[in-house]
Amino acid sequence: MQLSAKSWTLIALALCIALAPLAFPSSFYYRIGAVILVNGLAVTGLVILFGYAGQISLGHAGFAGIGGYSAALIPVHFDVHPVLGLLAGAVLSGVLAFLIGRPVLRLKGYYLAVATLGFGILVFIVLNNEADLTGGPDGMSVESLGLRSLSNALGLGLNTSEVWYWFMGLIVLLGAYLALNLHTSPSGRALRSLHDSEVAAGTLGVDVARYKLTAFVISAVYASLAGSLQALLNGFVTPDIAGFLQSIEWMTMTVLGGAATVLGAIFGAGLLTALPQALTVFAEYEHMALGLIMMLVMIFLPTGLLPSLARQFRRGG
Amino acid sequence: MSEFLQFAFSGMTVGAVYALVALGFTLIYNASDVVNFAQGEFVMIGGMVTAFLYASGTPLWLAALLAIAIAAVVGVLLNKLAVEPARGASVVSLIVITIGASIFLRGLAAIVFDKQIHRFPAFTGEDPIGIMGATIVPQSLWVVGGGLAIFAALYVFLTKSVIGKAVLATANNRLAAKLVGINTNHMMTLSFGISAAVGGLAGVLATPITLTSYDMGISLALKGFAAAMLGGMGSPLGALVGGFLIGLIEQMTAGYLSSEYKDAAAFIVILVVLFTMPRGLFGPRVAERV
Amino acid sequence: MSLLSVENLGIDFGGVRAVDAVSFDADPGKVVSVIGPNGAGKTTLFNMVSGVYRPGRGKVILDGKDVTGLAPHRLAERGLSRTFQNLQVYLHMTALENVMAGRHLGERCSVLADLLNLPSSRRRTRQTEEIAHRLLAMVGLEKVAPIMASSLSYGALKRLEIARALAANPRLLLLDEPAAGCNAVETEEIDKLIAEISSGGVAILLVEHDMKLVMKISSHIVVLDHGVKIAEGPPATVSKDAKVIEAYLGPHADDAHALG
Repeated sequence: MQLSAKSWTLIALALCIALAPLAFPSSFYYRIGAVILVNGLAVTGLVILFGYAGQISLGHAGFAGIGGYSAALIPVHFDVHPVLGLLAGAVLSGVLAFLIGRPVLRLKGYYLAVATLGFGILVFIVLNNEADLTGGPDGMSVESLGLRSLSNALGLGLNTSEVWYWFMGLIVLLGAYLALNLHTSPSGRALRSLHDSEVAAGTLGVDVARYKLTAFVISAVYASLAGSLQALLNGFVTPDIAGFLQSIEWMTMTVLGGAATVLGAIFGAGLLTALPQALTVFAEYEHMALGLIMMLVMIFLPTGLLPSLARQFRRGG
Repeated sequence: MSEFLQFAFSGMTVGAVYALVALGFTLIYNASDVVNFAQGEFVMIGGMVTAFLYASGTPLWLAALLAIAIAAVVGVLLNKLAVEPARGASVVSLIVITIGASIFLRGLAAIVFDKQIHRFPAFTGEDPIGIMGATIVPQSLWVVGGGLAIFAALYVFLTKSVIGKAVLATANNRLAAKLVGINTNHMMTLSFGISAAVGGLAGVLATPITLTSYDMGISLALKGFAAAMLGGMGSPLGALVGGFLIGLIEQMTAGYLSSEYKDAAAFIVILVVLFTMPRGLFGPRVAERV
Repeated sequence: MSLLSVENLGIDFGGVRAVDAVSFDADPGKVVSVIGPNGAGKTTLFNMVSGVYRPGRGKVILDGKDVTGLAPHRLAERGLSRTFQNLQVYLHMTALENVMAGRHLGERCSVLADLLNLPSSRRRTRQTEEIAHRLLAMVGLEKVAPIMASSLSYGALKRLEIARALAANPRLLLLDEPAAGCNAVETEEIDKLIAEISSGGVAILLVEHDMKLVMKISSHIVVLDHGVKIAEGPPATVSKDAKVIEAYLGPHADDAHALG
């Protein structure tokens, strides 16, 4: 039986996640791997919003902030398991995205960029200033998700970083599976038609506002879950989780690896998360190098790394 | 009343800086459709270069001129090396490129200069002037006056001079401008140069009040971007009004409501304006052609 | 009662009357053509009828109901579909996916079902694919089904857009210059295609510059000049109308047969 592009993508992704640890020199790298996968989850959501529906957001870290602080605050105030905090955050983010999405998504291009940017910054400011609740700029600690004890109970004997890595691997595979399902589905076709021509999509019966909103809500839930998981992974959360730079990093990852594709964006997440770790050997030149790489990739490989490399490969081989 | 006046003065001062950044955005956007997120770095370069040259014994006026010239050169290089080669790239690619440039310039400044906060003396003394019970430092007048003067100079340049008209023609319709013999690439380079010089000048004027450091650019870029969008992207008048509005809203909020939420107020106003006027206060009202 | 009645439709752009007081009807199985010199307001008229522009004056009646100013997707739900003069093909999709996307109204289901790839979602995609293949065959593009639209020729894109519009299963189809930029052979194919669609009972509204094509397939012609209707009627009448000849050739073209 011939495998679809969807199956290939999932198999490739699963293999990458499963085989990457072979190259890890120490268990510290499992931690970096887990962070990459958290970012991978967020950018998978952005692929739905930007890659499918063509809508920019410079403010999705705002939803990550809501997710992160929900996972931190809800267990403390309502005495429940952190998983409920994570789920409540996802619902909250989805509802908020639904409420602000309609007016925001009427905007296009740079106007959409500034409106989403404004939303993200507002969340950041609130988290920073409501110190009684959030601990302010210093942040607050987050209860453990209990993955380690779960692993022990199952007799897996993994350390905390390892268990997080494998857990995140499963979550990202699930997230990618849903996004890939959407791609070839009726709703996915409607979303992708918006990307190329809103006017044509409208005349073919696509309720443009409704589908934009759908993509916005789904991507907000992805970002919120990524935020929650990041907070739970670190055992700590600061307002920077909702910062402008976080939004920019995610958007950059989405286009750096290869816009519009799930695999490309997760690849971009890996690159942009691992790179600063590698660049620390350049010490004070780290930021210059990062900025330079962002520019060079976008100038010389405008469709993103993965598709451009694939084309080179096909031409060469 | 004196309290209100005091807030208005400080609002006008920061507003003038935002307006200059927004004008820089507008110039580049009009010539090339690029929103340059490295615009704040020009302001940083203006302030930092002046501060370092002045500290090494250069007269302030010469240090300021050199700083503006260096900012302009960086602007031209940015266009030649990063923006022109990426011609036709998508909005998001261009955002990534200019934010990359911003991060790069910030990193460079941290190495060339340092990570400390710097300033140099005000141009005409530091003694506050009393006006109807409120006070204003002389440098504020330089900043506000500078902002208005630059706006007026740009207006005259764009509408009266041949080169300025060529820039406007490029902004209006690049293909048509090319057909009538305008070298649109030169116009883009010129816009980047002027825009960077305007940013550099903003840094020179504002540093005695706001101080400067290698990482001040990004927050200025965000405010300037917001101001430009509030006014309506592409409209110089919109940039000026948007800049002053954001400065005033910020300082009034800080004064009367809460200093922690002054940044929030500016962004809330932007969201409300965009929801009711999707193209800003002075943006073009055009129907999409199909 | 006609399927489509346009009554005194008009719109202004910045004080200029782009279209003013235009009225006509369209019926199932018939081709109504809108012709006129460049800038006469033909595409603007199409944009108003299909909901892309909100009309400033007048009414659009579809199937006896006033649909003036409805959003395009609402009009699509009522059976209106269109193509575009300047091509609005989805360039990031294959030819097949373009036509499948055109089936939106027939295949849409809940996003949750689509995310989870539930049987209902898969079944719809399968059905849509079958229909899309059939439509591609109808416009002669079945061989390029898996090719990205961005690498198809102009003539192929024109036909692809027609197939996509047909996928919506329209009762009224607006074709905006379907033969523009096509060579004689391609124009011939489009001609046949339009006749085939029309004979299936679809009402067709056509804007076209190729007068041979228009005269051959139209049952009724509406002539616009400077935004107003200067003549209408069957091809034979319109082509002899003095005002029409004047609009096309200037006031002293007494013995012209350009429209023949």
